[in-house]
Amino acid sequence: MTAIDPVTLAVVQSGLIQVCNEMDLAFVRAAFSPVISEALDRSDGIYHRNDGALIAQGDLGLPVFVGTMQFGTREVIERARDLEPGDLYIVNDPYLGGTHLMDVRFVKPFFYEGEIFAWLANTGHWPDTGGAVPGGFSANATEVEQEGLRLPPVKLFKGGEIDEEILAIILSNIRIADQRIGDIKAQAAALTVGERRFTALLDRYGRDVVEACIVELRVRAERQMRAKIATIPDGEYHGVSYVDSDGVVDEPLKIDMRIVKRDTDLHFDMSGSSPPCLGPMNSVIATTRSSIYLAIKHIFPEVPINAGTFAPLHIADPDGTFLYARYPRPVSGCAAEVSQRIAEAVFAALTPALPDQLFAAPAGTSGNFALGGHDPTMGRNYVLYLISGGGYGGSRDGDGLSNGCSTIGISKTTPIEVVEQRYPVLIERYALHEGSGGAGEHRGGFGVNYTVRVRRGTARASFVMDHGRTGPQGALGGRDGGVNRVRIERDGHPDYIPPHLSKDQDIRVGEGDRIHVSTPGGGGYGDPLKRAPEAVLRDLRRGYYTDEQAAEMFGVVIVDGAVDEAATAKLRARTGRRK
Amino acid sequence: MGLCIIGVDVGGTFTDLVLMDEDGAPRVAKVPSTPDNQAFGVLAAIAETGAALADVAGIVHGTTVTTNALLERKIARVGLITTRGFRDVLELGRRTRPQPYGMKGQFVPLIPRELRVEVDERIDAEGEVLVPLDTDDMRTACAYLLEQGCEALVIHFLHAYRNPVHENHAAEIAAEIWPNGFITRGHAILSEYREYERGVTAAVNASVQPILHRYVGRLTEELASRGYDRDLLVMQGNGGTVAAELVPDHAVNTVMSGPASGVMAAAHTGARAGHRNLLTYDMGGTSCDVGVIRDAIPQVSSELELEYAMPIHVPMVDVHTIGAGGGSIAWIDDAGMLQVGPESAGAVPGPICYGRGGGRPTITDANLALGRLNPDTLLAVESPVTLDLVRAALEDHVGGPLGLDADGAAAAILRVANARMAGALRMVSLARGHDPRDFALFAFGGAGPLHAVALARELGIPKVLIPARPGITNAIGCVVADLRHDYVNTVNVPVDALDMGEVRAIVEEQMREGRSIIEHEGVAVEGLHYVHDADMQFLGQSHILTVPIPGPGVNRDELRTLFETAYRDRFAVDLPEIRPVLVNLHTAVIGRRPQADIAALAAGGEEAGPAPAARRAWFDGGWRETRICRRATLAAGAVIDGPAVIEQMDTTIVIEPGCTAEIDAIGNLMVTVGEGG
Repeated sequence: MTAIDPVTLAVVQSGLIQVCNEMDLAFVRAAFSPVISEALDRSDGIYHRNDGALIAQGDLGLPVFVGTMQFGTREVIERARDLEPGDLYIVNDPYLGGTHLMDVRFVKPFFYEGEIFAWLANTGHWPDTGGAVPGGFSANATEVEQEGLRLPPVKLFKGGEIDEEILAIILSNIRIADQRIGDIKAQAAALTVGERRFTALLDRYGRDVVEACIVELRVRAERQMRAKIATIPDGEYHGVSYVDSDGVVDEPLKIDMRIVKRDTDLHFDMSGSSPPCLGPMNSVIATTRSSIYLAIKHIFPEVPINAGTFAPLHIADPDGTFLYARYPRPVSGCAAEVSQRIAEAVFAALTPALPDQLFAAPAGTSGNFALGGHDPTMGRNYVLYLISGGGYGGSRDGDGLSNGCSTIGISKTTPIEVVEQRYPVLIERYALHEGSGGAGEHRGGFGVNYTVRVRRGTARASFVMDHGRTGPQGALGGRDGGVNRVRIERDGHPDYIPPHLSKDQDIRVGEGDRIHVSTPGGGGYGDPLKRAPEAVLRDLRRGYYTDEQAAEMFGVVIVDGAVDEAATAKLRARTGRRK
Repeated sequence: MGLCIIGVDVGGTFTDLVLMDEDGAPRVAKVPSTPDNQAFGVLAAIAETGAALADVAGIVHGTTVTTNALLERKIARVGLITTRGFRDVLELGRRTRPQPYGMKGQFVPLIPRELRVEVDERIDAEGEVLVPLDTDDMRTACAYLLEQGCEALVIHFLHAYRNPVHENHAAEIAAEIWPNGFITRGHAILSEYREYERGVTAAVNASVQPILHRYVGRLTEELASRGYDRDLLVMQGNGGTVAAELVPDHAVNTVMSGPASGVMAAAHTGARAGHRNLLTYDMGGTSCDVGVIRDAIPQVSSELELEYAMPIHVPMVDVHTIGAGGGSIAWIDDAGMLQVGPESAGAVPGPICYGRGGGRPTITDANLALGRLNPDTLLAVESPVTLDLVRAALEDHVGGPLGLDADGAAAAILRVANARMAGALRMVSLARGHDPRDFALFAFGGAGPLHAVALARELGIPKVLIPARPGITNAIGCVVADLRHDYVNTVNVPVDALDMGEVRAIVEEQMREGRSIIEHEGVAVEGLHYVHDADMQFLGQSHILTVPIPGPGVNRDELRTLFETAYRDRFAVDLPEIRPVLVNLHTAVIGRRPQADIAALAAGGEEAGPAPAARRAWFDGGWRETRICRRATLAAGAVIDGPAVIEQMDTTIVIEPGCTAEIDAIGNLMVTVGEGG
């Protein structure tokens, strides 16, 4: 192979990403499900014809799909046969390189000049794939069959024609099936756009040049990742994080992350983590790996993504733990919640090694809340989904963001006015979760407090959230952020607090009842006693903290709306000694 | 000399003016902008033309006062009064982060938390009052905010787009004690659902209202003291103008007015030249702006974001900014890959060749090294920089690591930059549902015409249009723009359940309001014109498709058919199973102004001056003998085959090999893009 000139390489690199961006765009613009079109819960990419290794992915793909799709594509390639142009596989089996059942993958061989040149694939989060609860997040499922319809790789399209029989099976097993045909068409059309653009790229630069570029780009991405890893001092790092519970057994699940950095490689060992669990907080291996990849990408955002990027990351299979789920373990919580705890453990482990680069823990929960009920006025059933953000951790650069998106997502919340138009509820409050930002020299951002009141009819509330037991971790002397809280105020009954704090299912509520949710704040960064007293005073004026919290959390004494410097110095000296 | 009209646009560096006269040649002025008080620059520009204000029939003004105030956060102190339970909506946003990867970054809300106050009141999604407005709460809140030194006030209540009774009542109460007129009601700025976006839009309005008010006041006074008492109009982001005394009411509408006027000029010029479908491409020092014109109408969007967490949801000409400009820096990343941007050398230190201390090679330096820019003009006498110095930097920073000499490095920078810009342009047009090959590329701005032909070739665009005066396009936009007022109301009802009487009433009310404002403005118009759109979607979708509708008399079947046709055109999908929904109704009321003829711009241009020295330029991998000429020497009908470089005062045009340029009757340079030479 001749050496590729560096300019062609750069141009082909943009060309490959452009193909994926155009697939992303086509998918989002035509999709029905708001989870895809508004929440951008999808990703499109190009994969190697032999092993499914990632070649390129769109700039705005959902982070958690970054690593999983190459595993999923490989599983399809191993099972595929009698391939023709226009064939397209559908698959959502979590154990075959997936996440949870709602993430449905379309995988398609891409033919160029009569031969398979690569595979194109995308993942989209469907609002429902059947199962015990609408939306698929069953907090107390104990086997995958309760979570929904599971599809092995099957050809949904053969030679460009949809297989009506397979389609009928799918549509007979999911809720709101009439709208899914819109999503199926959009998801398949996105891959057709990809075929067209990829063909144009190959026509222009030539098959051999593009092939050589793909090989070279993989080498380069690996080199770049190694250069980043080299900035971490050699040694062993340890981070721990906890999932509140599995939703069935009320005990915390531990993620034990040991990272050994040697030369330009990182070795990840999670064998000290909790064993498989009964409830749906197990993680399939593809999601476990992907969570580590996306955590590293959050630390080094500038490294481009392809299979080479991940080559220096060596992840030992966490056999015997809940991070390597096998059939029929329920897994609906892995993509939304466990993945974020894995990332948190990576952040916690590496913060001491890269204090300038990293940050204290972000809220790290998707905050899934579902309310399914009957609206007697409209005479129809409904399912309301709300997601919520939380505070991000402080960092060397400054305080954390408030109401940031989940670590693994890029999706926005639905406006309150839209929620109230569509469902018989009133949102009575949507406010900053005061006091929840973890104390630190740079404090964490704040979570959200919201209250939903049922206006008519009856309904059942379900939650899959996390960080109800302990807040997101502070770093380098910073304190933890505030915890997630759920409370149901029911007329004539004492308030109900879910026994598992952040997870529960089918809580009956009726007219006038209120659901209160508080989401976590971010962890603090650095010693809170070093926070500038003026910054504490400003936070106080804004009502972020109370006078007592200023003294207790930051050692700052406020008298008559001003910092009492002498008293502050004294209090800080005393508090510092006590530590 | 007869009565004339002046268009004057204040940019970051220069204030540009064009004076169009009924019988004489147009006059152009370019003076340095005066950021502390833009009025001085405006007056200086007028003075430079030598025009007597007594002969001026109208002045149309594009200003960056509000944009700058927002970007630099030199804004008024604003207080917010809002529904109990919701004062943090502006600070919480919609659960986002500044970039997909990296868990850092922040934003500062326009109104700090201590100036956001809640009052008892609540209206539901159907517009029913659940909790009446507590007028005592309201008075206390106003008094508190005044005591806190607030100059402007925002009143923003949930569902006010559905029923504004509480916002209106609250504003009446506030007006009793508020010492000035700076009271913004959320629904009056934007009568559309989505509390965060509507609230931020209202907050933007209030933040810049006092500033715009003072500025327009000063300018009006200055003009009056010089005896001017005719129309003063201000350009808005929707591509239309409004009388100066009314502009502060909707101050938010002036944000992004600069890019909008450029696109207006493009639409007008393109239509005159027979090109009604254009992609506009305005490349400057740090970024380029891209817009879409279909059938001579600039496309409008209500979903722009000025920066992270600052959505501005009033209808504005849809201009997308790409982070690549002449000052974009070329560098080699850890993987040994050549990158261009996003970091920019800006105006200071600027590209190396500006001699202001820049040391890292930029796109402009690459253009210079390859003979595309004229070294004699760019490396002026007093500049400490030589071409050799630029070439040495190219070799050090880019050539060395890639194994290229200075020429190769410069060519690599242009190729990578053009590939990235072309990709971004493609995404902009695709995201709006258009294939770029169906458009002509309209290039302006200092650097646009340098790259436009190469980009067109990359994108398969057949024609490039470069106007006679690319450097004053925004000022020309001011001259050609009409009066315009936009109205949006949310309906959000499935088409089969619509009360068509209500639809008619909403649209008629929008028309009536626009008409009455234009009458109130007292500006000479030749007629009124209405443009109506419906924002629609299928039930369950969240994306909106905007569909032109005929007017208030639109019927249910028409609405359905128009939407389904538009949907099929855009997505190639029929969805008869699913119900369409009418989300918003939008009316633009346009007061046509008497038109100046831009053909005059072709004549009376700059002096031709001495011909530039002959030089070679680099194309397609090697040095080529290249025709270098002054644009002023090219008359209508002149034909130039590429490779060629055409220079004029405000820009440089590069004609790639295999492409041919021709000057049309109104002075545009029309390039037919060939396959390459």
